Amino acid sequence: MGADFVQLSLTPLLMGVLASVACALPGNFLILRRQALIGDAISHVVLPGIVVAFLLTGAISTWPMMLGAAGAAVAAVVMIEAIKRLGRIEPGAAMGVSFTTLFAFGVLLLEQSDTSTVHLDVEHALYGNLESLIWFAAEDWSSLADPAALANLPPELGRIAFVTLIIIAGLALFWRPLEISTFDEAYANSIGIPTGALSFGLVVAAAIAAVAAFDAVGSIIVIAMFICPPAAARLMTNRLDRQIAWSVVFAALSAILGYVFAGYGPLWFGAENAVSAAGMIATVSGVILGLACLFAPHRSRIAAPAEAGAQS
Amino acid sequence: MQMTSETLRVAARSDAPPSAASDTESPLHIHGLTVSYGDSPAIFSVDANIEPASMTAIIGPNGAGKSTLLKAALGIVPRLSGTISIFGKPLNEARRRIAYVPQRASVDWDFPARVIDVVMMGLYRELGLLHFVTKKHHDKAHACLDRVGMSDFAERQIGQLSGGQQQRVFLARALAQNSDLYLLDEPLAGVDAATERTIIDVLKSLKAESRTIVCVHHDLATITDYFDHVLLINKTRIAQGPVETAFTAENLISTYGGRLATAHIDQLSLPAA
Repeated sequence: MGADFVQLSLTPLLMGVLASVACALPGNFLILRRQALIGDAISHVVLPGIVVAFLLTGAISTWPMMLGAAGAAVAAVVMIEAIKRLGRIEPGAAMGVSFTTLFAFGVLLLEQSDTSTVHLDVEHALYGNLESLIWFAAEDWSSLADPAALANLPPELGRIAFVTLIIIAGLALFWRPLEISTFDEAYANSIGIPTGALSFGLVVAAAIAAVAAFDAVGSIIVIAMFICPPAAARLMTNRLDRQIAWSVVFAALSAILGYVFAGYGPLWFGAENAVSAAGMIATVSGVILGLACLFAPHRSRIAAPAEAGAQS
Repeated sequence: MQMTSETLRVAARSDAPPSAASDTESPLHIHGLTVSYGDSPAIFSVDANIEPASMTAIIGPNGAGKSTLLKAALGIVPRLSGTISIFGKPLNEARRRIAYVPQRASVDWDFPARVIDVVMMGLYRELGLLHFVTKKHHDKAHACLDRVGMSDFAERQIGQLSGGQQQRVFLARALAQNSDLYLLDEPLAGVDAATERTIIDVLKSLKAESRTIVCVHHDLATITDYFDHVLLINKTRIAQGPVETAFTAENLISTYGGRLATAHIDQLSLPAA
């Protein structure tokens, strides 16, 4: 665990952890608001947005990509509303139709355009390129204290760290109104909480997390992290603050275990090559959710009253 | 940690809004209120004037727009036309004087929160975004729980409560708001007899403190026992006034039409005309 680890594995590990946490945090509220599908939709429509931004600018750079993804998110919201109203289709179905169509459109665009010179293809859209985030400037652990080496960290890492901080700060600042409006929107309205702005802000936070995570870890992790860690965390506790804490633990655990299993797991079973870290991280988060369903303390809340009555 | 209701009354008094008892303006004045969902109006040009320190039941058949009236008065659903004034002021200047209790079935009780967490939501105006919860806030919340007979359940997850207990938690949250006008949407729907008794006792004690209560209510048999005013609506206002003059067989038939059999009306303890 020396120089190799710092150079090859530290950045992807941190990237995976930060991306997972950034997505899991807003995911908690999306799930409690029965809007988990929105996270799914956002992570899909990011692709056509980024492709269009690339086609217009001819380069992979942060701001055009962010704007493209944001534009695609707006287009998706308009499309979902239009389908709901004109087609009189229920919201879930309208969302499903919109984001699969837009994602498919993104794939077609990608195939038709010349993106061979850059890291932009269908495979990267799904799995990202976590393993390629190598910190070339690093020599060993002492590089963490070396400004010159730190300056050469892959830029994706700084971006996701910044986004994660923004999301944590936003969550801390708006914790109370978010909690109240998620539990009881009519009541929140009655005490003057701007519920529309809050729920828009939540979707924007999810979109920012999705876009920042997308180019490094791909949409599979994004989709999995919006849902799996918060859903597993809900089974661990009956308190919102603890649920959020558990979701962060599960997200980080998925990222670390997934990365390690992807790199070394196949070798343990005699296989030659490592598997996709992003795929393995998403799989681990699913396994954690499965285990939580089987063993977590608050998995059967229907039966809870009798049990709680016996305790008191 | 348990406080008696007497301590609560002292606590509630000490920070009661200074204007609480001295108002002559109507706590809730509604003029020409029309709300529409889609094509047809849910309520049409409703006028209502709630008396200070009164206890008013809003009654009418299913779909008459009773809940919509409350929600529109609070700005929760948009109104097509009409004006709302709260103690003579526009809604947004008077929000802090209103406590609203939505229908119990309107929220997901599987939400990860304890009873005390929900009551704390009633202190949002005091706590704001970033104030830390102190012992003072905890004591207040516990006192409100005590007043509805739920202090033993403070740490319980809200999904583990019976319907009546959940309704009492909602009332405790409204008490924590320490408001002058209480708007409650079907607070007695589907609750046990003990809860009904507790809720009515609490509402009557609020009235005794010169606060104003407005309830959407569905049980015509208890109107004369519980309320002093009624507002009868069925899309439009049919009648409003003190129970003695407005809660009449004639008005009930106008409100409910054929749905209310004459035999049923005979069984109600209508005020002597």
